[in-house]
Amino acid sequence: MTSLPAESVLPAEFADLEPYADWCLEFERERYAKRLSSSMDEMQAFYDAAFPRLEDAMAHIDRYDLHELPDDATHLLWLCYSLVNVSFPIEVWRQPFVPDSGAARMDVVVEPAV
Amino acid sequence: MPHFAKPAEGSWTEHHPELGTAPVSYEDSISPEYFERERSAIFARSWLNVGRIEQLPRLGSYFTREIEAARTSVIIVRAADGVRAFHNICRHRGNKLVWQDYPGEETAGTCRQFTCKYHGWRYALEGDLTFVQQEGEFFDLDKADYGLAPVRVDTWEGFIFVNLDTTDDTPLRDYLGELGKGLEGYPFGEMTQIYKYRAEVGSNWKLFIDAFTEFYHAPVLHARQAVSEESAKLQGYGYEALAYELDGPHGMVSSWGGMSPPKDLNMVKPIERVLHSGLFGPWEAPIDIELPPGVNPARAKQWGTDSFLFFPNFMILIWKPNWYLTYHYWPTAYNKHIFEGTLYFVPPRTARDRLAQELAAVTFKEYALQDGNTLEATQVMLESRAVTQFPLGDQEILLRQLHHTTHEWVDGYEKAH
Repeated sequence: MTSLPAESVLPAEFADLEPYADWCLEFERERYAKRLSSSMDEMQAFYDAAFPRLEDAMAHIDRYDLHELPDDATHLLWLCYSLVNVSFPIEVWRQPFVPDSGAARMDVVVEPAV
Repeated sequence: MPHFAKPAEGSWTEHHPELGTAPVSYEDSISPEYFERERSAIFARSWLNVGRIEQLPRLGSYFTREIEAARTSVIIVRAADGVRAFHNICRHRGNKLVWQDYPGEETAGTCRQFTCKYHGWRYALEGDLTFVQQEGEFFDLDKADYGLAPVRVDTWEGFIFVNLDTTDDTPLRDYLGELGKGLEGYPFGEMTQIYKYRAEVGSNWKLFIDAFTEFYHAPVLHARQAVSEESAKLQGYGYEALAYELDGPHGMVSSWGGMSPPKDLNMVKPIERVLHSGLFGPWEAPIDIELPPGVNPARAKQWGTDSFLFFPNFMILIWKPNWYLTYHYWPTAYNKHIFEGTLYFVPPRTARDRLAQELAAVTFKEYALQDGNTLEATQVMLESRAVTQFPLGDQEILLRQLHHTTHEWVDGYEKAH
């Protein structure tokens, strides 16, 4: 049986980012966990695809009221949050986790709804 | 030759002769016995910040705070007559009154009254015992004698403080002194977009405060967070504060820095260039603020951030692009504490605002993880007692003050009791 293509989660003009839709994660805890469990190659591919679209993404989302976003724009915003998170491994650390942070953990206990 | 003027004595430290300039011991941070003394001498008798007024938006809003260092849990609630605080204990058999699922975890919500899970005794938001299950079974029980045990509570600039000492009557504003007064009028209440982080840190509470009241470490420990040319330049400069102010048990350091916007965009990471944000926060301030006199006291052009420590365990950091940060350090053992870092921004209007704040928050966590782990390494080695005396530089004056104040409070309390 042939599986149907997954329904698109991002606005049509961001179809090029659909392969990275698994980075559309609402909560920091999920984004950080995905970062730690991803390889550098996976994050580099995501970063290389999403970083050049960041300006466009902000322009797209800002066509709406930030507190009344349609679902696809909300997903795009979540993807941008993930891009911010992986910018550290890609641009700075060259590894998924913070160097010298060992077993230290820091959990988000309150984060904005939007 | 210093870049910024120091007091006439030649150094910030010598301006406060009571602090001395000799090497110090951190025995106060590695001794289980000393922590037991701090519990009664400090945490059971000082004003402790437990939250913000925005956490109690309406009648019946409440939250609990575990204050392990004073071996208690406190309920803070908005009652009909204002904010009230009580020990979180039922007067009947001593059950913890307010908790959800896990008795040791903090909780928050809204209610019309507090009902004990154990035998259903009920208390009004003002603390009065209003209902006793099968009241007729008790002997001469006058409900008026069994209200919740009150805790002193007061607010300052929207910050809620409690004081567990029933014998002291120092008003909160007097306690916060001139440093507190100098912050009055800052629009804390407009910054309601919140990120709060929590970490269990394997070090004494004072050692983490030490890490956050000096920036001498910043160009070295965090070197890799800047692009390499920038990092080399920062290490070459080293670090000098614009000003230090010490006021009773409290202290502050005023710092240069920040990039809003940076002179050379190549100094910052690619994502910072797009989002116009970084460790010092979004480059563009969201609102205009006339800074109160206590902020940037040197009125320096290069000003970037001020860090205030209100003894014992509460810090406020005010950043040039109009946002602020609080730190709390809640000791749980001589070598452990819970660290909370909370970022407060003006609510974003656009995706661009929102993502600039997200980058500031993510950057904060990356730095704090480095700081926290370094502290565990310090704790372990101090406990080896292989070395027992350590020098402190002039840019570490607030560390000298914190340990000095701690000793003053512990010795003073023990002399009086």
